[in-house]
Amino acid sequence: MRRRREVVGSADRPVGRLDRPAIAGVLVREMTNFSSYWRSTTFSSTVEPTIYLLAFGFGFGSLVSQVGGYDYVDFVGTGTVATAVLFASVFPSMFGTFVKYSFQHTYDAILAAPVDTEEIVTAEALWISIRAGTYGCVPLLVAIAFGLEPRLGMLAVPAIAFIAGFGWASFGIMIAGFLKSIDNFNYVTSTVITPTFLTAGTFFPLSGLPEWAQVLGNFNPLHHTVELVRHAAFGWEPGTDLLHLGALVVFALVLWRLAIVALERKLIT
Amino acid sequence: MPELAISMRGVVKHFGEIAAVDGFDLDVPAGTCVGLLGPNGAGKSTTMKMLTAQVIANAGEIEVLGYRLPGESKVARAEMGVVPQLDNLDTTLTVEQNLRVFTHLYRIARADRTDAIERALQIANLTDRREAKVDELSGGMRRRLLIARGLVHQPRLLLLDEPTVGLDPQVRQELWALIDALRSEGTSILMSTHYIEEAQRLADSVTIMSHGKAVAKGPPAALVAEHAGTEVLEVYGPPARLVEVEQEAVGAGMRTRRTGTSVALMGVERRNGDLPDGVRRAANLEDVFVLLTGEEVG
Repeated sequence: MRRRREVVGSADRPVGRLDRPAIAGVLVREMTNFSSYWRSTTFSSTVEPTIYLLAFGFGFGSLVSQVGGYDYVDFVGTGTVATAVLFASVFPSMFGTFVKYSFQHTYDAILAAPVDTEEIVTAEALWISIRAGTYGCVPLLVAIAFGLEPRLGMLAVPAIAFIAGFGWASFGIMIAGFLKSIDNFNYVTSTVITPTFLTAGTFFPLSGLPEWAQVLGNFNPLHHTVELVRHAAFGWEPGTDLLHLGALVVFALVLWRLAIVALERKLIT
Repeated sequence: MPELAISMRGVVKHFGEIAAVDGFDLDVPAGTCVGLLGPNGAGKSTTMKMLTAQVIANAGEIEVLGYRLPGESKVARAEMGVVPQLDNLDTTLTVEQNLRVFTHLYRIARADRTDAIERALQIANLTDRREAKVDELSGGMRRRLLIARGLVHQPRLLLLDEPTVGLDPQVRQELWALIDALRSEGTSILMSTHYIEEAQRLADSVTIMSHGKAVAKGPPAALVAEHAGTEVLEVYGPPARLVEVEQEAVGAGMRTRRTGTSVALMGVERRNGDLPDGVRRAANLEDVFVLLTGEEVG
């Protein structure tokens, strides 16, 4: 007797795009694998931004008491959320995708099942952004432990971190799709990730920079993340925040589609 | 179920200037095992990847289980299993976890997942290693797990890409028994291999592939009878003597092949005249393979 399946489809009803069971299947694979390495990932994703927070917060904090009307520790504590999101999403997606493609041949196994590249990219970006949304809250919790006043608006931080994480995860998948060697990732880290991270307004306000740099800052998705998290922690600015949120959503959607194109070029010949 | 589990007609695939597959035809009748035999670089792996739509043909028609590819590939993949040449198991997971992940990817209903895993473990004889991490398994066990993973959803068609490459003879024979059992249960199988013995033992029919084309197809015994006769004479001697024997045989209209240390003269049962001294043996599929592809067996 033939095994009963959920939604397999037939010749006259082909399985569609962005199929829920396909995305769920890839997510299950990611989550099952995560159970074997969650300790190390959680350690690095939480300890690293916390070190930044402590080093900059208390290091510079001893020289600069207030920035933009906020205590410097609070200023950095909220800004470091974006750093945590960036680190928790872009590096796992860049390296993870490349390793799965080049060394583990994981995608060959998945594509032999009824799953398409679009669903692989979507599921993997979703999973990484769920993690980024979680890990991104750690600096905020540390900052609260060091005196940042909890506010209701902070409940929006996981969602902000999730959207930003989805964009950065997609960016990482796209880079892994387009580049041929893992060594080339160094160029991306030096020319994109590090400048993005340093000019997001995490450690100093962009208002202190020359005007051209402030204009460029508007094209930095991490800057929008920083601003949204700060406003969630210190008070919303509805009009501006809608623009920040819109910029993040556009960033996430555009990079998601680009990641699909990049990985499809690699996987389907 | 369609009469043909796989049908490929005039399939072409270019990689730049190189035609990896060049007007290739293939039939896999439902319920049979077809061996796709060819030397390295003949286009076997490209052909296998076209059947999962990871490689898209430039021309030609491909049908799998009645579904047209690449458009209906996803539906076809739901009903077929693939055992890849390269081990792509999740090595930090256990045997059971690897199978469970694929019960999700193959959309097996929640209530049926545990049964499906048990069945696959039994087929691959891995029930007592279910908790072992893949890293702890031997090469043969990993290969059996790959087969179990490809069978977890009880596919109607199984694609085996070089299923025993790199395994020692004992493990290879274990896998042959497993594949033979699947065939006898009615699963359609396409098995690419460059091991002649594997094709001869397991395949109901064989398609020999060379330079992207099918150069011969049919049951192994029929191919041997057609191309190499029933008896072969192996003549040994110094290189100069082998050249001489070869030239005389070709001059007399016989087909020959070099086997490194000897010259093999085909179809000697049909010859009444003088033949050089040598060792008679039954013709085999390897003779056909070398004759048609011009390649020595590795």
